[in-house]
Amino acid sequence: MSTDESVRPTTDDGAPATDGAAIKPPSTEARAGAGGRFHSVGVPTERSKDFQGTASRLSERMRTERRGVVIVITLAVVSATMVVFGPKVLGWATDEVFDGITGRNGPAGIDFGRLHRILLFALALYLVSYALATLQAWVLAGIVQRTMNTLRNDVEAKLNRLPLGYVDAQPRGDLLSRVTNDIDNVAQSLQQTLSQLLTSALTIVGVLVMMFWISPLLALVAVVTVPTSIFSMKAIAKRSKTRFMAQWKHTGALNAQVEEVFTGHAIVRAFGRQGQARERFAATNQQMYQAGFEAQFAAGSIQPMMMFLGNVGYVAIAVVGGLRVSSGALGLGDVQAFIQYQRQFTMPLTQFASMINVLQSGIASAERVFELLDAPEEPADVPTSATALPAVGRVAFEHVSFRYQPDRPLITDLSLVAEPGTTVAIVGPTGAGKTTLVNLLMRFYDLQAGRITLDGRDIAEMPRRELREQLGMVLQDTWLFGGTILENIRYGNPDATDDEVHAAARATYVDRFVHSLPLGYQTVINDEGSNVSAGEKQLITIARAFLSDPTILILDEATSSVDTRTEVLIQRAMAALRQQRTSFVIAHRLSTIRDADVILVMDAGRIVEQGNHHELLVKQGAYFELYQSQFAGAATDLT
Amino acid sequence: MLIRLLRSHLRPYRRQLLWVVVLQALQATAGLYLPRLNARIIDQGVATGDTGYIWRTGGIMLAATLAQISLSIVAVYIGSKVAMAFGRDVRKDLFDRVTDFSAREVATLGAPSLITRITNDVQQVQMLVQMGLTMLIAAPITAVGGIIMALREDVGLSWLLFVSIPVLLLIVGNIIRQMVPEFQRMQDRIDNLNRVLREQITGMRVVRAFVREPNEAVRFAAANDDVTESALRSGRLMSFMFPTAVVMTNVASVAVVWFGSNRISTGDMQVGAMVAYISYLVQILMSVMMATFIGSLWPRASVSADRIEEVLDTASSVVVPEQPVTSTPLHATVQFVGASFGYPGAESDVLHDITFTCLPGQTTAIIGSTGSGKTTLLGLVPRLFDATSGAVLVNGVDVRDLDPVVLGESIGLVPQKPYLFSGTVASNLRYGRPDATDEEMWHALEVAQAADFVRAMPGGLETPIVQGGSNVSGGQRQRLAIARALVRRPQIYLFDDSFSALDVATDARLRAALKPETKDAAVLLVGQRVATISQADQILVLEDGRLVGVGTHTQLMASCPTYLEIVESQLQVDAA
Repeated sequence: MSTDESVRPTTDDGAPATDGAAIKPPSTEARAGAGGRFHSVGVPTERSKDFQGTASRLSERMRTERRGVVIVITLAVVSATMVVFGPKVLGWATDEVFDGITGRNGPAGIDFGRLHRILLFALALYLVSYALATLQAWVLAGIVQRTMNTLRNDVEAKLNRLPLGYVDAQPRGDLLSRVTNDIDNVAQSLQQTLSQLLTSALTIVGVLVMMFWISPLLALVAVVTVPTSIFSMKAIAKRSKTRFMAQWKHTGALNAQVEEVFTGHAIVRAFGRQGQARERFAATNQQMYQAGFEAQFAAGSIQPMMMFLGNVGYVAIAVVGGLRVSSGALGLGDVQAFIQYQRQFTMPLTQFASMINVLQSGIASAERVFELLDAPEEPADVPTSATALPAVGRVAFEHVSFRYQPDRPLITDLSLVAEPGTTVAIVGPTGAGKTTLVNLLMRFYDLQAGRITLDGRDIAEMPRRELREQLGMVLQDTWLFGGTILENIRYGNPDATDDEVHAAARATYVDRFVHSLPLGYQTVINDEGSNVSAGEKQLITIARAFLSDPTILILDEATSSVDTRTEVLIQRAMAALRQQRTSFVIAHRLSTIRDADVILVMDAGRIVEQGNHHELLVKQGAYFELYQSQFAGAATDLT
Repeated sequence: MLIRLLRSHLRPYRRQLLWVVVLQALQATAGLYLPRLNARIIDQGVATGDTGYIWRTGGIMLAATLAQISLSIVAVYIGSKVAMAFGRDVRKDLFDRVTDFSAREVATLGAPSLITRITNDVQQVQMLVQMGLTMLIAAPITAVGGIIMALREDVGLSWLLFVSIPVLLLIVGNIIRQMVPEFQRMQDRIDNLNRVLREQITGMRVVRAFVREPNEAVRFAAANDDVTESALRSGRLMSFMFPTAVVMTNVASVAVVWFGSNRISTGDMQVGAMVAYISYLVQILMSVMMATFIGSLWPRASVSADRIEEVLDTASSVVVPEQPVTSTPLHATVQFVGASFGYPGAESDVLHDITFTCLPGQTTAIIGSTGSGKTTLLGLVPRLFDATSGAVLVNGVDVRDLDPVVLGESIGLVPQKPYLFSGTVASNLRYGRPDATDEEMWHALEVAQAADFVRAMPGGLETPIVQGGSNVSGGQRQRLAIARALVRRPQIYLFDDSFSALDVATDARLRAALKPETKDAAVLLVGQRVATISQADQILVLEDGRLVGVGTHTQLMASCPTYLEIVESQLQVDAA
């Protein structure tokens, strides 16, 4: 290239501009700044415990996308090379113009043919690199989203294999947050950072090669400013990271307070505690403001800092370069090109800093997801050769012991037998272990000692699926999913025909109120369930169990906040359901208890009495007391 | 709406905002000055080997850079401070407003939605302010400054500016226009995914009991695929944005050389001017790009602002009296005089023309089917709602004229859903009366039949309670809520179906123990079980918000068909 272009001003202000040159695809200002700050406002920048381990595990999950990854890398390499090459080509054009007017090409002036060929070449270079960059981002989006899709499905499948004890112990909001917020954060940060990290790294390498090619000495001068840049970047990033962590900690605390006060709004007001709630809120709000401001400020100052260091490097090169030119060791054009490359060098560095920050937060989220995926699962089903026979329904508990927490025994040495077709009523005070008994029978939890058998087979040795298909359950908690009434009843047996569903609905008094709904069976149960009352929901759960036609039935009678007229229907529906089946009823109604074949009186995890109504009354023991204190009084009261 | 919110909540920071604008303008100007200095170093220093000139101009350039950097750091400092303060102030206003709301407004807006608004929605607007103050303000200054500088270099090529800027705006604007609905769709789909997952976690027992895991996996996968599809679509649109801006800029650069060379050959333009022109063009296009990008945050922030303003614009229907009555009666009488309550715009009232009196030492029971207005009736006493016509009097004074603190202190409410706060057993009991002693708390626990299980807890009174009280059973929660009201020693007790989760024996013991405690108080009690309410001094029978019977059990059995029907259905329940 020419060595004495006296009028070739290099223009740069640290922003993306360079002399007549290609600007690199991601401008620091637009992307790193936008991406970085954008990100920092919305996502917790947690520091991950094991960055490398989690990162490699995450990349492991992309293994199925190997082909795509190879394509992305290839495209990135080619387009980065073109970008690195761009300024040089446009530089030729400038030289051509310059040579033309200074008369180097003779009297012909500017050789427009040659100039246009160079420009068309530059244009082609830019357009091809554009196509490649877009294609690369396009392919990468697919890889990232597909990987996240499988990750979500894996987590969902995992949830179904977790022991209930584990799920119960987790705050529900936290579990949900891992599957949604955290996976989203992983997806977003991967999408944002991967392609930029790749291009930045490649650009740095390419530019370094070009710089050393032009002048090893100047390259060294330029490289000297690098450690300083990295050092100050690190210092700021470290500070901003702790501030971000503080910000998100306070955000969490604020969220918890808001949730608590808004959910318990009536109590806060009735007890006149608004003032105190506001004071607490204001304090946390202020801390959040302080941390947020410090984090934003620290993160926001990375870029001016880098710009400044870039300019320092620029002046250093101009000075050293100028001295070399005057000593004749270097051409002006080379210094000129060099200055542009120096610009191209600091920009991806700054970008790298922002991206690493974003990536770090994504990795922290990935870690939380992996933590869930690594949680111990329910023991696998014991493979069995026995083919499932239609169950008769004889259930036996043999010296069963169980505790949720090691230091607090809940069920101790409990034995009982339920003969096929009989009704077992379980009574006793709150916390006596009634619900636990049901959980054990469903094998939601495994026993610590003893065994439970169904028709003589240990349920721990039966596949869960086979066991649970024999059991039907109606709980106090009327869980329905967000679908139509028809779909919710059919949940009990997906193979049932519409007629069978309607028959089940009629047998359990669902049919009556469904007809009064404008959309009938197609009424969608919404989250709040405001269109269907609590009692009606209960009836639907009974219909659902009815349709599943189980051999053994588990019923929880406790019906809170249901008006008595609906309750009559619920009682009748439950009675219809019990016919011909072995039933375990957590009983609250005198009639159920009186008619039960066996009454189990439980207290503190033990069966204190066992027998039918008359036998137990004669005994004058615990059941007699219970009966006296409650039902006898109530019964005479009302009649 | 967004403009209004910004205007109202940025007003206190007018001075700082002015500073940000000034600093950013100066910073941008310094930025625009640098290319000229750089050019001079090359043209007059390096090219001529004048090292002294290089040092001097280099020094000036460093000084200019330093000035630019200092200015932008101060601008970022002030900008971040204002943006974060804006968020803080909006949150505070929202919180104060919501805590002023009556139960009516909370019910209308919904507690979960209010929570999202005060956190997530505020975050969206705050982000826009933050980005706007630190990045957007400089963009138009750079763009306009860049145009001026470019025109100073050469006017002949200005048509390139007036072609490339609108084209870039058009392309980026078009991408954003397609992204906005895609983002909205994605938000809905993420909501749906959350819903499915939430259902699976809450209904885990049912899912497993019915062995429906495979179906649930299919349901989840469908929701998951929907999210992936949307995310992919918006992600791919996004992947066009930056390369497009870049290629636009590069093509424009090529065009400048192409057309500029003609002007140079005719002597209308210098080579240096052409190169400077390119760098200004790049700066302008990048600013336009930035402004458009931040503009893409606007629609989402605007939706959020609407949701915030909706809360701020909702006035509490419960107004604090200007000159409150502060007399504190020892024993309180509760009187309803033709009280009605209805939600605004609703077809019929929830409560209609309710009149009764409950004297100190008396128990008034309220019975009726779900939705008959029982809970609303109780809520009128502590002003969770205000009667829309008629009045509720405590000791002859309209509750709307009473000092809210005095009114609150005289009431002990046990709500239908016994919500506990995170803390300890003791901190929950003291919620009603911060200075309650341990003895008083134990006494309340004894009465509420809760002393046994609290004693059995590892930490006794100091046992931690998680939010909502979900680490104790439903029955225990209810009893702790009763104890919390008892600790207050109020003159008026409001029990809203507070014994439903208790087994029958505990229910009976608790009611017996309560009697001496409440002997001087007015007790309003909502019940479902006839046994719970039959001993009351008077029973109110509600049907569709109307009082269809008042009297004792015996009187009502003889005179009120609705009551009779309820009692009979109750007997049927027991006999079913």
